[in-house]
Amino acid sequence: MGRESMEYDVVIVGGGPSGLSTAIKLKQLNQNLNVCLLEKASEIGAHILSGNVFETRALDELLPDWKKLNSPIKTKVSKEKFLFLGKTKSLSWPTWLLPKVQQNHNNYIISLANLCRWLAEQAEALGVEIFPGFPASEILYNEDGSVKGVATQDMGIDKEGNKKDSFEPGIELLGKVTVFAEGCRGHLGKQLIEKFELSKDKDPQQYGIGFKEIWEIEDKNHEEGMVMHTAGWPLDNNTYGGSFMYHAENKQIFLGYVIGLDYKNPHLSPYDEFQRFKTHPSIKKIIEGGKRISYGARALIEGGLQSLPQMFMPGALLVGCDAGTLNMPKIKGSHTAMKSGMIAAETIIKHIKEKKSLSLYEENFKKSWVYEELHAARNVKPSFSWGLILGIIFTGIDQILFKGKLPFTLKHKHADHETLKPSNKMPKIEYPKYDNVITFDKTSSVYLTGTNHTENQPVHLKLIDPNLPISYTLEKFDEPAQRYCPAGVYEVQKENDQNKFVINSQNCIHCKTCDIKEPSQNITWVTPEGGGGPKYGNM
Amino acid sequence: MKILVAVKRVIDYNVQVRVKEDGTGVVTDNVKMSTNPPDDNAIEEAVKIKESGKATEVIAVTVGEEKAQETVRKALAVGADRGIHVKAEGVIEPLAVSKILQKIVDKEKPDLVFMGKQAIDDDCNQTGQMLSALLDWPQATFASKIEVKEGKLEVVREIDEGLETIEINTPAIVTCDLRLNEPRYASLPNIMKAKKKPIEQINVSDLGVDITPKIQQLKVEEPPKRKAGIKVSSVAELVQKLKNEAKVI
Repeated sequence: MGRESMEYDVVIVGGGPSGLSTAIKLKQLNQNLNVCLLEKASEIGAHILSGNVFETRALDELLPDWKKLNSPIKTKVSKEKFLFLGKTKSLSWPTWLLPKVQQNHNNYIISLANLCRWLAEQAEALGVEIFPGFPASEILYNEDGSVKGVATQDMGIDKEGNKKDSFEPGIELLGKVTVFAEGCRGHLGKQLIEKFELSKDKDPQQYGIGFKEIWEIEDKNHEEGMVMHTAGWPLDNNTYGGSFMYHAENKQIFLGYVIGLDYKNPHLSPYDEFQRFKTHPSIKKIIEGGKRISYGARALIEGGLQSLPQMFMPGALLVGCDAGTLNMPKIKGSHTAMKSGMIAAETIIKHIKEKKSLSLYEENFKKSWVYEELHAARNVKPSFSWGLILGIIFTGIDQILFKGKLPFTLKHKHADHETLKPSNKMPKIEYPKYDNVITFDKTSSVYLTGTNHTENQPVHLKLIDPNLPISYTLEKFDEPAQRYCPAGVYEVQKENDQNKFVINSQNCIHCKTCDIKEPSQNITWVTPEGGGGPKYGNM
Repeated sequence: MKILVAVKRVIDYNVQVRVKEDGTGVVTDNVKMSTNPPDDNAIEEAVKIKESGKATEVIAVTVGEEKAQETVRKALAVGADRGIHVKAEGVIEPLAVSKILQKIVDKEKPDLVFMGKQAIDDDCNQTGQMLSALLDWPQATFASKIEVKEGKLEVVREIDEGLETIEINTPAIVTCDLRLNEPRYASLPNIMKAKKKPIEQINVSDLGVDITPKIQQLKVEEPPKRKAGIKVSSVAELVQKLKNEAKVI
């Protein structure tokens, strides 16, 4: 209604590795194409969070000269460790006994946020128009039902939905093809998957929540290029998860923890498991005397091939983890995301020039090495539904003996929001107090993310039924949102003896966990006003 | 009437600023940078005055490294007509900035110069005042309201005691407070249009201004951490602590 519109050949939603690779590849193949890319963060990279041990395979294909182009890929992996943690002890697993997918000697320790900033420079040099601070909030359709483009969010709307003096209407961006590259649980991708039934006959998608902190540690504890992973404590045998510790440049380490969102105990607090994990003697001795300088969290895809939706629909494509191309046993998704974007770009060129159907994207995807990788990886994550020990044994057989070629495919049986058991049937978990040296409370953690949302704007975490959190979820599951949210957005407060569900949406770090884990799927994450959310540096 | 607005690129106000380990400054690598917030108010006010028909041109100027141009581009996206980027590397102190601005004023001959009351990175609050002295123009600092009159400005100033209204002759320097207005958003089409607006680049050496720092910075360190609060059990204990520990009574 009265919105301006702008026409492009291709509109890309999201400035992560998949979206930027799509943009770069498109311009490499045809520099006359008009390509624009929208990003909800205030700048490219500010909403990117990832481990990250980077496999350069896709980048080698996309920008073979990357070493000469001053890329932020510098620290080669020099040493690897894998530890099984008991409560106080640890057992080091010889790396030659790890499946090949978990060996990293040709990879690099990088900040994905910095890689994206650099990719954005490459894209802009090729003529891609990048608009940070403009979330795509709405999908636009043609009369025949095909995707026409997206609209950006209106700016300057107050809490009650009225226009402020500063009101600025959104813009319609129309493309011959629209590429959705929002990352895990993109809020438009989610709508497309539902509308076009892209997940029909697929297993339910599986997710995890990943935490990351950057520490500056003492020289004597730092081994640049060292990669360490752990499994075991503090999680029990039935909860899927593990840690990473990557020794990057400048005496920094990237320390993180991933927990499968299929956990069953509503008393579990992923944040507190991560904080507790750092107190393990074999971790504490490395970070002791150091300083935590960054914190963040983001949901990630774990479902793999069984859960991968159809990635094309009339007028649009899904790339990267907006579809779900992460390779779980490899614990890597950047290279697969990039490659999916590159395949999408090749398809789009053929689609525009030769009127080829967008279904070509999936055909080419199936012929690519990404598919090969994901196919070999497919049975690892579901096997962990039998517990850590059986999972490891099965994975050893599947990955080391059969190299992922077992003649069957295990299924993911449940969506993550279905797995919680009633709180009165599950053990309560006592988490240790924060010491403000190794472990910290959520508030001081969120402070480090630089998160802000303009104060007077509508709440961007929508409840379908506003009464449900208190009337049902609190009663049955002790309202787990208080614990699964890594930013303390959700609180249950007592007011005159009445429980009240409070949403501090200003703290939201855009991880999407609530949208995934809420048992009744009562919370929907929508885009806040542009530029809101975290301001991650080198995450 | 021409308005020149000075803008500065600083670390974004939401970013948790970190001191470099060697104490030589703060970390700026891969840190989100933005326009100094009160400079946004200065641009907004200039654009509003132009929209009301009282000004004909708004020129945004910045001093700094290559990337400082982004702040000028942002000013262009919210309504400035053209930009000037004075290229200079390293720390540029307020006196150097005001001398550079003086040269730009000589060249552009604006009727008004607007800028933020201070920059949120060094908190100096000096550039406007020094420029006023160099040009021998009247100044109005901490402006929270500006009214343009014939050859004059009526300015409401935020001062410790409340609000002060003054009248000054133009040409004049005005430094802007955050309360002056609510800066508008840059819309997507305007960002596109801003890409086509001209930005003149000038090397600081061509202006003949010496930007060598006059202040020697010895050390940058974080302020001491605030201690956690404690609960006292009685009034007597509170009084005792205020007297002996806090030493405030």
